[in-house]
Amino acid sequence: MARISASVYTSHVPAIGAALDQGKSHEPYWARVFAGYEFSKQWLHAHTPDVIFLVYNDHANAFSLDIIPTFAIGTAASYAIADEGWGPRPVPPVVGHPELAAHIAHSVITQDFDLTVVNKMDVDHGLTVPLSLMCGAQDPVHGAWPCAVIPFAVNVVQYPVPSGRRCFELGKAIGRAVRSFDAPLNVQIWGTGGMSHQLQGPRAGLINRVFDNAFLDRLVADPAGQAAVPHIDYVRQAGSEGIELVMWLIARGAMDDVAEVSRGAPPRELHRFYHVPASNTAVGHLILENA
Amino acid sequence: MALDKPYLDVPGTTIFDAEQSRLGYHLNQFCMSLMQAANRARFKADERVYLDEWPMTEAQKQGVLARDLNACIALGGNIYFLAKIGATDGKSFQQMAGSMTGMSEEAYRDMMINGGRDPRWGTV
Repeated sequence: MARISASVYTSHVPAIGAALDQGKSHEPYWARVFAGYEFSKQWLHAHTPDVIFLVYNDHANAFSLDIIPTFAIGTAASYAIADEGWGPRPVPPVVGHPELAAHIAHSVITQDFDLTVVNKMDVDHGLTVPLSLMCGAQDPVHGAWPCAVIPFAVNVVQYPVPSGRRCFELGKAIGRAVRSFDAPLNVQIWGTGGMSHQLQGPRAGLINRVFDNAFLDRLVADPAGQAAVPHIDYVRQAGSEGIELVMWLIARGAMDDVAEVSRGAPPRELHRFYHVPASNTAVGHLILENA
Repeated sequence: MALDKPYLDVPGTTIFDAEQSRLGYHLNQFCMSLMQAANRARFKADERVYLDEWPMTEAQKQGVLARDLNACIALGGNIYFLAKIGATDGKSFQQMAGSMTGMSEEAYRDMMINGGRDPRWGTV
């Protein structure tokens, strides 16, 4: 059977991708961001899974206002890199895992979560920046990401977005789905976005270190408690775009210690990083490994 | 029963909810059209002519022409869509965000380097 070996959490700030793509990663401003991922790159290289289930949000690239799916799972064999208006990022295309993705879609829908199944979409910085941070720069033509990726897009752009509780329960359902796949795959689940930031209005630039660090602590130790926090608390304390953090609860919900059947031990925290700023945003990063 | 919108009193913040989305549909879809290089070129060649192809309100068109992102957001725009205008203009996301705060580009950048805006802003 497939298993979830670890979960990874990280911000997905577009400027991080731009810094990498434009060769600015050694500038002091950016070096402080990338330093927080040195351990992570080595760890991923040594513990490359078969599949990464990558929870992120699309930023008006694959999905316009014509169709706004709350949860969308990518079941395609491959995904092109979106042109977000600056031209596509120069990174390799993303290879999917249609068999596992179709299995998860079937399982999770029968567990009462209404997923939109997507067989064709481009992926934006929400998905590619975490890959770049964890894998390092990759040549767009001769390079490749180290494993298959299943994109899982969450609407956090148009309110109401899914609640923390629903995201956490969805994570549990995804965990059950992975564990019921009849092949010995090593799967990681990544939750991305956040941390505190606001990109709009006179309050743009908001950062809340206290909120962010409390979120990191509680995500590790009391995820069910964090899942009960309502949207408005994120909006008031972490900025209008800080709501992206609910996506981290999907990844956390898939870990063994919160599974309802055969509950495992608490995960080991292998790595934590927090830094302000990357462009308009606080950068947070965690790696949790199932015991 | 009325909808619960507890975010309406958050200072300096417009939450892009289903109602704002309804108001801004054509404005945001105009922005999406700028993801294609040929459309960016046509828009830059004559912004007014390009905007007139869209069933937007005159106020929305004026907001775009003036690059007044606060006005665009009040009229239903969403920052991720409006960012396509910034991309067309060669602006970074930080320049766009900063333009809504009344601060100079340098002052906004320095605020971020120094830890960002105090989360109590507008409430104390």
